[in-house]
Amino acid sequence: MTKPTNSPDITPRKNSDGGFYSDVVKDHFFHPKNFMEDESAYKADGQGVVGSPACGDVMRVWIKVDPKTERLTDCRWKTFGCASAIAATSMMSTMVIENNGMTLEQARQIRPQDIMERLGGLPARKIHCSVLGDKALRSAINDYYRKSGQIDKIEIEQGRVIDKVLKITDHDIEEAVLEGADTLDKIQSKTKVGTGDPSCIPEVEQLMKFYKEKYFG
Amino acid sequence: MPNNPLSFRPERKSEVEKSHRTKPSTAHRVGHGLRSVYLDNAAATPLDAKVLKAMLPYFSSIAANPSSLHSAGQAANKAVTQARKSIAEIINGHADEIIFTSGGTESDNLAINGIISVIPISNSVIPAKAGIQNPMDPRIRKDDKRESLPHVVTTAIEHHAILELLTRLQKNGAIDLTVIKPQKNGVVKVDDIMSAVNDRTVLVSVMYANNEIGTIQPIGDIGRAILKYRAAKRGTLYEVRGTFPLFHSDACQAAGYLDLNVEKLHVDLLTLNGGKIYGPKGIGLLFVRRGVKLSPTVIGGGQERGLRSGTENVPGIVGMAKALELVQKNHEKESKRLAQFRDRLIKGLLRIPKSRLNGDPAERLPNNVNISFMDIEGEAAMLYLDAKGISCSTGSACASTSLDPSHVILALGMSYEAAHGSLRFSLGHDTIRSDIDYVIKVMPGIVEMLRKISPVTLDMSHF
Repeated sequence: MTKPTNSPDITPRKNSDGGFYSDVVKDHFFHPKNFMEDESAYKADGQGVVGSPACGDVMRVWIKVDPKTERLTDCRWKTFGCASAIAATSMMSTMVIENNGMTLEQARQIRPQDIMERLGGLPARKIHCSVLGDKALRSAINDYYRKSGQIDKIEIEQGRVIDKVLKITDHDIEEAVLEGADTLDKIQSKTKVGTGDPSCIPEVEQLMKFYKEKYFG
Repeated sequence: MPNNPLSFRPERKSEVEKSHRTKPSTAHRVGHGLRSVYLDNAAATPLDAKVLKAMLPYFSSIAANPSSLHSAGQAANKAVTQARKSIAEIINGHADEIIFTSGGTESDNLAINGIISVIPISNSVIPAKAGIQNPMDPRIRKDDKRESLPHVVTTAIEHHAILELLTRLQKNGAIDLTVIKPQKNGVVKVDDIMSAVNDRTVLVSVMYANNEIGTIQPIGDIGRAILKYRAAKRGTLYEVRGTFPLFHSDACQAAGYLDLNVEKLHVDLLTLNGGKIYGPKGIGLLFVRRGVKLSPTVIGGGQERGLRSGTENVPGIVGMAKALELVQKNHEKESKRLAQFRDRLIKGLLRIPKSRLNGDPAERLPNNVNISFMDIEGEAAMLYLDAKGISCSTGSACASTSLDPSHVILALGMSYEAAHGSLRFSLGHDTIRSDIDYVIKVMPGIVEMLRKISPVTLDMSHF
């Protein structure tokens, strides 16, 4: 499906400007901060997980919350994934607990773009790695609300069906944009959206614009 | 974070054993105060000093166009002719069977496109139905279309230069394609190939040795089986294509270590390149057996028998010939030396829990080690190794432009997880025993570190 590769061989590592990862990425990759060393001794107020090893990325996040202020007092993580995935989770864990910790509402608002900015950027095709960390965090926050009985505050992330024929959701569009589709044509070649139900195309274009804005500024 | 016991520190030179530094430094060993262990020779090899020496005059003092009739041009022409002759001798072919190209990818493309586009449409629509000889016969139905296309057989572990091109031709409706899976050990069965061959098959393309897992394919046996098939086919309805299927093999990875005698391999087309055999990059060749008709893919001034126009890359051609001569002269001795190192590295790395060798332990190139470490991701491991001065490759999706994990490891029936956690170490001329021991020493700590931060604990019984 996806077109490989300009690679003569397995591993095209460097992009055109020579360095692949920023110094900040390298620092968080080689010296990961706040990762979970001993789960059994850790009393988490909430935890969340996203991804699967078959896809190449799994992130698990544990949080501690001050119940009075509803601020994050600790954020621990484990990541199966490449350098940018590890660095992005490490950076996220730093961001949410610095300056006395974010409130849960603030933490929920963290966008992949914010993490990327702090990392000094990521190579375009690595962006999806950093998206997963914030999803795991939101899932951990939901878990906290569930455990503390604040059911009304749980926000379930659900895909909304855009193309009713092919059952393509806004998440599919989001993924396509993250994978680099920046025109309707490219989104269609990735998702086939609109081929069964052309009436949804204006909405697809809207979503594409929205996600492009969200992730690529 | 100095207070973090798991924090990762790159190896400094002071930690390097002395013996290593007595080795003459070559360009690829230059690091930044790091010990430098280059184990990515399947991706690219450093230029042999003797090759460079042979090439140098052809950059400046003998720089004329070989097509020019003046004496300067003829001097360049002589060098190209000599290189062609020398290569022909090594592979037991004729000088006029050597077509120089820009590398392995172009040679593969020339072989495939060259054959597919030379097959006349009228020939390719002969349906697989006895009794119909006229392609315009009204009894031919549209359903016969696929069955009337020229058919190509290849394997699921070919290089992208083969697989991507063939898939594209298939999508465009130019060919009918059969992709044969290898056995679990990464070796393709001759019978599997031959049972896919039919009267419409115009080309069988099987690589000699795989670039990722190093497995060696039974090229000679496949070649012989195809010859037999062709002999039996002559005199039938398809006599017009009595010499089909043609047999092509990509030998880019094999050239440094295996026998290239085209009469023993029974190939009609053979791809070689310079950049994997300590020769220059940007040069390769396609052996095209006499009598095989190809259509040109680069059209112009008619160089290389009109199959590949463009002024000859004289220094590259001279370097290619020299490099091939050198690796083929020493290949048995060098294979023996590296096979010992390879087995030592495999044994050392498999001591790490939850690790697995990809590809057959014996039917593999003497310089290839490919191991999957479960629960960790290959790109992360590769970069941690890089920080210790070790260069290797990974089949992980994260390291590929496409974000797809290695098609080769998946074709073995291994899981996505195993493909994501795979590392390839490819040894070379400069590899010494202490390089191997260094990797064996460093690897367990890296795997342990990455497993500590990994939330995944896969059950090995799944693999």
